[in-house]
Amino acid sequence: MTFKYNNVYVDNTSTVSGVMESNGPLSKFYDKSYNDYYMGMKTWELAEMKLMQDSIDIVLEKANILKKDIDLFIAGDLSNQIVTSNYVTSSLNIPYLGIYSACATSMESIIIASNFLEARKVKKVLVSTSSHNNASEKQFRYPVEYGGPKRKTATFTVTGAASMLLSNNINKIKVESATIGTSVDSGIKDVYNMGGVMAIAAAKTIYEHLKDLKREPEYYDLILTGDLGMYGKDILKEYLKIEYNLNIRNIDDSACMIFNINDQQVYAGGSGPACLPLVAYSYIFELMKNKKYKRVLLVATGALMNTTLVNQKETIPSIAHAVSLEVNDDIS
Amino acid sequence: MCFFCIKIIINYIIILGEIMEKKKYIDLVNSKSPKENIFTNAVVAFVVGGLMGIIGQFLIDFYSYTFSISTKQASIFMIVTLIFLGCLLTCLGFFDKVIHKARCGLLVPITGFANAMMSATLEYKKEGLITGIGTNMFKIAGSVIIYGVISAYIFGLIRLVLWGA
Repeated sequence: MTFKYNNVYVDNTSTVSGVMESNGPLSKFYDKSYNDYYMGMKTWELAEMKLMQDSIDIVLEKANILKKDIDLFIAGDLSNQIVTSNYVTSSLNIPYLGIYSACATSMESIIIASNFLEARKVKKVLVSTSSHNNASEKQFRYPVEYGGPKRKTATFTVTGAASMLLSNNINKIKVESATIGTSVDSGIKDVYNMGGVMAIAAAKTIYEHLKDLKREPEYYDLILTGDLGMYGKDILKEYLKIEYNLNIRNIDDSACMIFNINDQQVYAGGSGPACLPLVAYSYIFELMKNKKYKRVLLVATGALMNTTLVNQKETIPSIAHAVSLEVNDDIS
Repeated sequence: MCFFCIKIIINYIIILGEIMEKKKYIDLVNSKSPKENIFTNAVVAFVVGGLMGIIGQFLIDFYSYTFSISTKQASIFMIVTLIFLGCLLTCLGFFDKVIHKARCGLLVPITGFANAMMSATLEYKKEGLITGIGTNMFKIAGSVIIYGVISAYIFGLIRLVLWGA
């Protein structure tokens, strides 16, 4: 399902990163970086809340508005019962929608916000996503200090949070259209190969988006997927070719951009709900503002599983949502 | 009746088609995913494990010589020392990276067991003594103990039957 928008604009964005990300290649683009995993808090869970809180504070400061000016807050993260967003919202006093589609949460929040804005039901919407490496390792995998070797296809959850303020006010970057993806069962049970699990959903959403809007892949300067990792990216390219007959060259994956894969011990790359926003809201937006990219399609991919179902040897379904952003030429 | 049969057959073909599609995708994923380097991992584990054995033997000799005790008693001292070192290095926060490099060379010996217990303890200490550490300490090590005891029991029985008490 694809929507076109005529008056939804990106007001401001903010990104807050953790240790590994601030040592990565995009470090100078983040608004704030921490160099420990606790961020001065007692637990990793509280640290993740701090990340999200910081990103909200920064975006409000940048936009020079107060909390009460925001009509709606949409947020999600990886923690059980999206507890990070739920706790952060308790101090905000803004009407709130909590959402979850794993690592595709960021684009889902933008789509929901854009529909509200397009219908003129609200004026300003704040969307946030966060993830914390240690908190998700604890929840999904083994204790952080446990040294069991990981496979090459495993990914490293990004520590960070990103917020975006959307409104009807005409601005430089416009939310042009969006596609709500369908959930696809990949048939894969391997929880250490998330790239393989999610590539099929990404391919489907990209195909649906291009088909619905009757566009060629070259229409976009860049198609940026969420967190497929270096092997997942190859799988996506190959699958698009054999299944949909699409040979896309201008495609990249934020999991491969956020870290220096050869130097940092991150296996196949980054992952987590904060992976795509951290790259897109900072680096890609900077390039768009400098008119290097004019049209960008962001495709966030999420694996919709939990540890219980994985241990019960069920196959893992995945989903991808796409948002198309365009530089507004009227404003220079 | 005939219509019903055709409907079942068509459904069957559709399901078969879906399975084939899925199989095709899984094959693609498998072909693009890198294989683990079993040979290198085994060699690394063999060398590191061997070094661990040398260190263990050195500790046994050291303890039995300094305290004038039997090698059997000294080996208990050795195990306690290695567990202590495993726990200490885990708490200092870099043992997981060392184990990752050494592959199973440090994971299979008692140091790996110490790491499994200690890492779980560190992880859950914020959730309280009972609900945190108590319940989660054996999260990884629990399986090692359970299946260690079961396999010891089975092998003990086999030995009893074949060679007598």
